[in-house]
Amino acid sequence: MAYKTIIEDGIDILVAGAGLGGTGAAFESRYWGKDKKIVVAEKANIDRSGAVAQGLYAINCYMGTRFGENNPEDHVRYARIDLMGMVREDLLFDMARHVDSTVHQFEEWGLPLMRNPKTGAYQREGRWQIMIHGESYKPIVAEAAKKSADKVFNRVCLTHLLMDESKPNRVAGAVGFNVRTGNYHVFKSKAVIVAAGGASNIYKPRSVGEGAGRVWYAPWSSGSAYGLLIGAGAKMTQMENRIVLARFKDGYGPVGAYFLHLKTYTQNCNGEEYESNWWPQLQEMVGKEYLDPEASSLTHRPIPTCLRNHALINEVNAGRGPIHMITMEAFQDPHLEEIGWHNFLGMTVGQAVLWAATDVDPKNENPELTTSEPYVMGSHATGCGAWCSGPEDISPPEYFWGYNRMTTVEGLFGAGDAAGGTPHAFSSGSFTEGRLAAKAACKYIDDGKAEGIRISDEQIEQRRAEIYKPMEHYRVYRNEITAGSVNPNYINPRQGLDRLQKLMDEYCGGVTVSYMTNDKLLHIGLKKMKVLEEDLEKIAAENIHELLRAWELKHRHLTSEAVMQHTLFRKETRWPGYYYRGDAMKVDDQNWHVLTVSRRDPETGEYTMEKAPCYHLVEA
Amino acid sequence: MPTFVYMTRCDGCGQCVDICPSDIMHMDSVVRRAYNIEPNMCWECYSCVKACPHNAIDVRGYADFAPLGHSVRVQRDEEKGVIAWRIIFRNGEKDMTLLAPITTKPWGKYIPKLADETEPSQEMRDSQHLFNEPKYIRLDDGGLHTLESNGLKLKAGVYY
Repeated sequence: MAYKTIIEDGIDILVAGAGLGGTGAAFESRYWGKDKKIVVAEKANIDRSGAVAQGLYAINCYMGTRFGENNPEDHVRYARIDLMGMVREDLLFDMARHVDSTVHQFEEWGLPLMRNPKTGAYQREGRWQIMIHGESYKPIVAEAAKKSADKVFNRVCLTHLLMDESKPNRVAGAVGFNVRTGNYHVFKSKAVIVAAGGASNIYKPRSVGEGAGRVWYAPWSSGSAYGLLIGAGAKMTQMENRIVLARFKDGYGPVGAYFLHLKTYTQNCNGEEYESNWWPQLQEMVGKEYLDPEASSLTHRPIPTCLRNHALINEVNAGRGPIHMITMEAFQDPHLEEIGWHNFLGMTVGQAVLWAATDVDPKNENPELTTSEPYVMGSHATGCGAWCSGPEDISPPEYFWGYNRMTTVEGLFGAGDAAGGTPHAFSSGSFTEGRLAAKAACKYIDDGKAEGIRISDEQIEQRRAEIYKPMEHYRVYRNEITAGSVNPNYINPRQGLDRLQKLMDEYCGGVTVSYMTNDKLLHIGLKKMKVLEEDLEKIAAENIHELLRAWELKHRHLTSEAVMQHTLFRKETRWPGYYYRGDAMKVDDQNWHVLTVSRRDPETGEYTMEKAPCYHLVEA
Repeated sequence: MPTFVYMTRCDGCGQCVDICPSDIMHMDSVVRRAYNIEPNMCWECYSCVKACPHNAIDVRGYADFAPLGHSVRVQRDEEKGVIAWRIIFRNGEKDMTLLAPITTKPWGKYIPKLADETEPSQEMRDSQHLFNEPKYIRLDDGGLHTLESNGLKLKAGVYY
């Protein structure tokens, strides 16, 4: 093959993925490692990549300690109840105590944050969210990363991590290919911070055909945060904690500012409030600890998001859909109407396009809401990701192995979607996690832990052959058929993605089964997942762009298998409204008030599952 | 679609190809103009639309639910630091113009070059502080939050 091999040697810190987590990691690395070689590899263009590529109209995680609004422990309490008791409180507290400094820096760099004219504090749209004009959020933070890194490789898709051959279970860099030139890129690095994206498109989306890319989370978030880590044998946690979003129908427009700032609310088809009708039955299922509407209204402790989904899903299933967002009242105020539209233009333009196309003016008509297909991610309101070490001053022994945010593979760190058990980090929290991982990675190197790394040419060559195999496969079998895309020897990446999505949807609680699964379904699903894995060995890529899609699919497949294994292991319905185990409907705190941890053996593909204690730092 | 390129406006400069986060804006080898090679992986993020210097890229809503005849156009002006939107409904009854700031300061100028900052002390390295902390957390006095400072203790197991 004519593609060149380009080796970048002597890297100290390789940042894999340059969304908000990766930009934070690159930026902070320079402060703690002035003389270190810092390199960023990003599969798109750092100026517009990651989930925040198109912008963001709010910063969803800001304590406001400076304005006397919240302390870190308040945020831990909130995230814990929202996730039904199950979070890594050490990591959450640590992120929360640093996140304000990140946001204050963003403002200094030029990000327009709105202020409340009366109090002078940042304009809140909710207890944790502040409002911004965030169209250029990503380009602004990208500047910071570019100023700090020695080199930024745009359009390089990382497929595998390199492992050290002088010491088992130690990382040594990563490999991938340039999605435009096709060149093979090798990064030899002492430490790697994985800040790649979570997984959209592993479940069959509600959108079809041309519109299949209209999903809630970016379609380019291909689960590489998990694919890279699982492939390297890192332990993962909370992979069963997928998220389902209640959003404006079809456009997936955000509802946060609508509910919280514009004070809109929902009704069923009869114009009735329906949520509270579902609380008595649901309380029996989850227990009063997690659902106590009276206490919630007294203490302002929110009802967990998944339980509100449960009410919406069941109301629709009972034949009282559609659910409407009542916007007609709020939108009579021209100022609120403008905010409502800006909210979409700053982060989900597709929703504005939809309303313009269908003549839905929310001032005169209440738009429909629905629930999305599930997503797997670790930075929004859900906590999938790697089992990471916590900070030394907070973490109990089971959570601590020396370096903050280091995974169970030495020298391999996680931030953003890659760090597990740390939901509600969002954009500012992901950037903060990147900063924390960067400081720890510098310390890891300064402590001499990365000495004597060895990578053989054989390992590099082996990965090279593996990466280009889909193109080779295409070349060999292409001419067996006349034309078209139906071939007995291979499937293309789109066909593989369709199969994966159907499989996850039907066997692992997607939209078409109302998020329901059970032991039997999961076992069948896992069997089919193994067969799909065999077919992925025979995937064919016609060109470099398809090669990118092929590797995205492989990362999505690894992610999906982990989701199934975790869902099977946790024999309860911990998050009703996100998914249901039909054979174990009740929340079972007796046996399952624990974090789930998995490891996939990179050699055999076998999974080992275990429970880890759930430690609490904060009184209720 | 959803993004598409007007043949008469595109001059093949490639800025959309450079910026697309989904790697779907490519050059056609025959006419040497950009086009969307994979509409079903397009997020309508408008990155290419904003980047195009000739206003050659537009969006037509997804065919599975959006009828024809609408328009959501945008102009992003980095020098003035503003972004302008114009939304025209299908039935022509609503025609809105909305303006928002994209940055409050010139690009890049206020982002510190960390290589030029003073070397962090050993004490700083041993602490839990990040760059500019604790000053930037509260922007006044006061240290970093710890378990002790906030009166917290570790406790395992069921706890709400």
